[in-house]
Amino acid sequence: MRAPRLPSLSAAALLLVLGAGPAAAQAPIKLGDINTYSGIGAPFTGPYRVGVEMAVEEINAKGGVLGRKLEVLFRDDKAQPAEAVKHAQELVESDKVAMITGSFLSNVGLAVSDWAKQNKTMFLASEALTEALTWSKGHDHAVRIRPNTYEQGRMLADKAGKMKHVRWATIGPNYEYGKRAWETFRDRLKELKPEVQVVGEHWPTLGKIEPGPLVTAILNQHPDALYVSLFGSDWLAFVREAGKRGLFQRMFVVGILLGEPEYIDPLKLEAPEGMLVTGYPWYDVKTAGHPEWVARYIKRGDKTPVLGSLIGYVTYLSVAEAIKKAGGTETPKLVAAFKGLKVDTPMGPITFRAADGQSTMGAWVGTTKLDPKRGVGIMVNHEYVPGEKVLPTEEEAKKLRPAN
Amino acid sequence: MSLLFVQLLSGLANAMFLFLIASGLSLIFGVTRIVNFAHGSFYMLAAYLTYSLAAALPGGPVAFYAAVLLAALLVAALGGLVEVLLLRRVYKAPELYQLLLTFALVLVTADVVRYFWGADNKTGPNAPGLAGSVPIAGQLFPSYDLAVIALGPLVALGLWLLFHRTRWGVLIRAATQDREMVAALGVDQSRLFTSVFVLGSFLAGLGGALQVPRLALTTVMDTSIIVEAFVVVVIGGMGSVWGALLASLLIGVLNAYGVLLLPKIAIVLIFVVMAVVLVVRPWGLLGRPEVRLRPPGGGAVAAARPRRLGPVWLGAGLIVLAGLPLVLPTFWMSIAVEIFAFALFAASLHLLMSEGGMVSFGHAAYFGLGAYGAAVLLQLAGLPMPAAFVAAPVVAALAAALFGYFCVRLSSIYFAMLTLAFAQIVYAVVHQWDDVTGGDNGMLSVWPPPWLATPSRYYYWALAATLVGVLLLRTVTASPFGLTLRAVRDHARRAEAVGVNIRALQWTAFVVAGFVAGIGGAIFAFLKGSVFPVYTESPMSVQPLVMVLLGGVGSPWGPLIGAAVYKLLDTVITRYTDYWQLVLGAILLVLVLSFPRGIAGMFDGRRA
Repeated sequence: MRAPRLPSLSAAALLLVLGAGPAAAQAPIKLGDINTYSGIGAPFTGPYRVGVEMAVEEINAKGGVLGRKLEVLFRDDKAQPAEAVKHAQELVESDKVAMITGSFLSNVGLAVSDWAKQNKTMFLASEALTEALTWSKGHDHAVRIRPNTYEQGRMLADKAGKMKHVRWATIGPNYEYGKRAWETFRDRLKELKPEVQVVGEHWPTLGKIEPGPLVTAILNQHPDALYVSLFGSDWLAFVREAGKRGLFQRMFVVGILLGEPEYIDPLKLEAPEGMLVTGYPWYDVKTAGHPEWVARYIKRGDKTPVLGSLIGYVTYLSVAEAIKKAGGTETPKLVAAFKGLKVDTPMGPITFRAADGQSTMGAWVGTTKLDPKRGVGIMVNHEYVPGEKVLPTEEEAKKLRPAN
Repeated sequence: MSLLFVQLLSGLANAMFLFLIASGLSLIFGVTRIVNFAHGSFYMLAAYLTYSLAAALPGGPVAFYAAVLLAALLVAALGGLVEVLLLRRVYKAPELYQLLLTFALVLVTADVVRYFWGADNKTGPNAPGLAGSVPIAGQLFPSYDLAVIALGPLVALGLWLLFHRTRWGVLIRAATQDREMVAALGVDQSRLFTSVFVLGSFLAGLGGALQVPRLALTTVMDTSIIVEAFVVVVIGGMGSVWGALLASLLIGVLNAYGVLLLPKIAIVLIFVVMAVVLVVRPWGLLGRPEVRLRPPGGGAVAAARPRRLGPVWLGAGLIVLAGLPLVLPTFWMSIAVEIFAFALFAASLHLLMSEGGMVSFGHAAYFGLGAYGAAVLLQLAGLPMPAAFVAAPVVAALAAALFGYFCVRLSSIYFAMLTLAFAQIVYAVVHQWDDVTGGDNGMLSVWPPPWLATPSRYYYWALAATLVGVLLLRTVTASPFGLTLRAVRDHARRAEAVGVNIRALQWTAFVVAGFVAGIGGAIFAFLKGSVFPVYTESPMSVQPLVMVLLGGVGSPWGPLIGAAVYKLLDTVITRYTDYWQLVLGAILLVLVLSFPRGIAGMFDGRRA
């Protein structure tokens, strides 16, 4: 159901087709990426975009996909779900993109996903971590790359469950992300170690943390260990106060995502050592193709990669593979192509599961340590935990999704 | 015991930062009556400057402290420049018009910072000599925070001496009380204003610079501080430095203990405190009741009686709107619907601002509740979409009735801040009430039914709803009720003397405005298909304010023009640049300076 369009526009389009002749068949495949490129998401999405552009350049240099080049239109959602929906509409209806990618914040990801469902458009979520995206609000038109909160919480719990710590406290942003990151971790931990007790939960407002009083409050609950799901500027400010008040000497700290260069690099040599974290030790990953990828990335932009760089890169490798497998850009074909799609990435092969569209990309779990040479914190003794290891089986995942 | 003491110290340290920022803001407002949104931008800029200067300056440990001072001075100079070059041009514009200019500055500064320093978060150096901590009551406490706690009272004392022992200070105090009188006595107002801006910006800069060893630098630190700073200023009483100190202590310490006792409501604690303070003391803790010796002068908000457009123009407008779906591509149709939603949002605020003289900083509450009302009634109560759509504005109106009852007891900035407090409370409720509202993940699949789901049909639906809203507002404005409302705005005492029940009148206007904003919210909800807590948050409340001011406070068509221009600019600019804030801000600056009565005011000016 489309409204009649401007006659002049159709005429122009016709002229274009006629004039361009055979080249028209080679018109690029347009894709739309909606992300929080300004404000709170910018530290992550900047490198993400570089990763996307690098992937697209490399794909196009090899002749593109189905003989056509890829072209990505980037749009800033300004951290507003309504803004993201507006862009989705414009990208699909005016710019005729084949599919939508991106989204950094969970609620933005959900809004775009719901729009995609209503408007029968393929949506590949790259970063948004909420489980709801592929499970309770999941549908055929949305798939996701990154391991969700549930998976990362579980990876950490599997390690922490083997440790001696019994009294736990947590601090995280008062958002679904923070709460779910903690709940999945806590539930798994209690499964592994029933004597675990929770002595304190703290939920400061996202982006407005006043860390001093929180650190004191945590110290006075005397936990053996602290689970942190803060990120961005909240985490940086927390580290400073916690360091000065001796928190890291008094308890073991587990941090979800906190080994990612995005979050550990800005701390320079103030990064706490000995934390159990999920993250991305790009300096140390030796899977086939990865060191070369890092070298290309550094050469291209003169900057070391962060996880966002890799995610952007893998997102567009996946897009290219999906279109190749679909043999076209029509949405039903893309939906079918993503089911069980295998993609070779610098971090090894990943699969988009047919049952829930969650990719099997995993994360690295390791311990933080200072690297005086580079002047930042790094991850040591790390291990790559693939998604398969922590995801519910496809049968179970199916039950988590609404029937449709 | 030791816990409580250390918590007290932590609270005090935070309080001192609040005080530095809020005292500058309070000073600027007290004397110039400018609601300076850019105060947070100065704070952010100083932090980034300190970060760079500390690394660049020679001199080892002294470099950091030199950087702090230098950054604060640079920002102070910038504040002075802004006053002389920009604000001075719009002092004659209607009240609050300067707010639009400072909003444009916020946008520009945010992107300037992003351009020069990049978007990644930064941690600055620690303060040399104060990087460690000292044991207090069995706990370690950062020595830097102790130094800050000591510095706060020194600054307060310095300000006191300045205000009470210098001629300049006496003039400032006099201007806070009655600036027309000060001007009449031959004091050069413009110099006074500039100096106040310099001092206020210096305090903001000092606050930002001193945060460098504590907080991470981010490109959003401006907006995260500004609302809190206003809250402190209002709790303390506008223009009162001691009030700002008292309120900072109150908020700082309450926050520190709130973390222990009431972690669940920490998100709104300060707004609840503000609401309570304002209901009990409508002019803040140490503020004085506002004495309006004269009715507002040259800056009268609106023409006495709006000029009516002839039926020909109205008819032509309607035909154009009805014909748009025939020519517009689908995407632009949805932009048109978005403009309708915001036109109602802005027009309802216009009723309060222009006709009622009541400026709301929390109007998003009613827009958001319209949206949430629609979503909840549709999904949880299972109403059919048209019923949910019609009932949604009633939800907004009910909330407006409840909150408005308290708000209309206050006036000017206190009224504005109480509306903001209620909006933040609404935000906290929809954000935390997961079972009903879905929390921050929002409510999804709020789509119109299939028979209405095509872009053109929903366009007509939204157009019809918008016409209902606009007609309602026009009828109210043109009625004896509307005339009385204007009488109250222009001279409350005289109106009261002729037997007008001021509160009931303003309350009714508040409810009508809430209802119409609710229609806008419902249109928006079904357009986007989802509803989120951000719809009720303070940045959302700023939008209609900007639209009304941009379009022109004095004209009934102002808010509609403002909504259309703002949304179109925003949509087009975002498409072409990542630095949309810079471009949008620059365009707003040009518009403000060229049309200091709003775009619609331009036409009035031509007739005059």
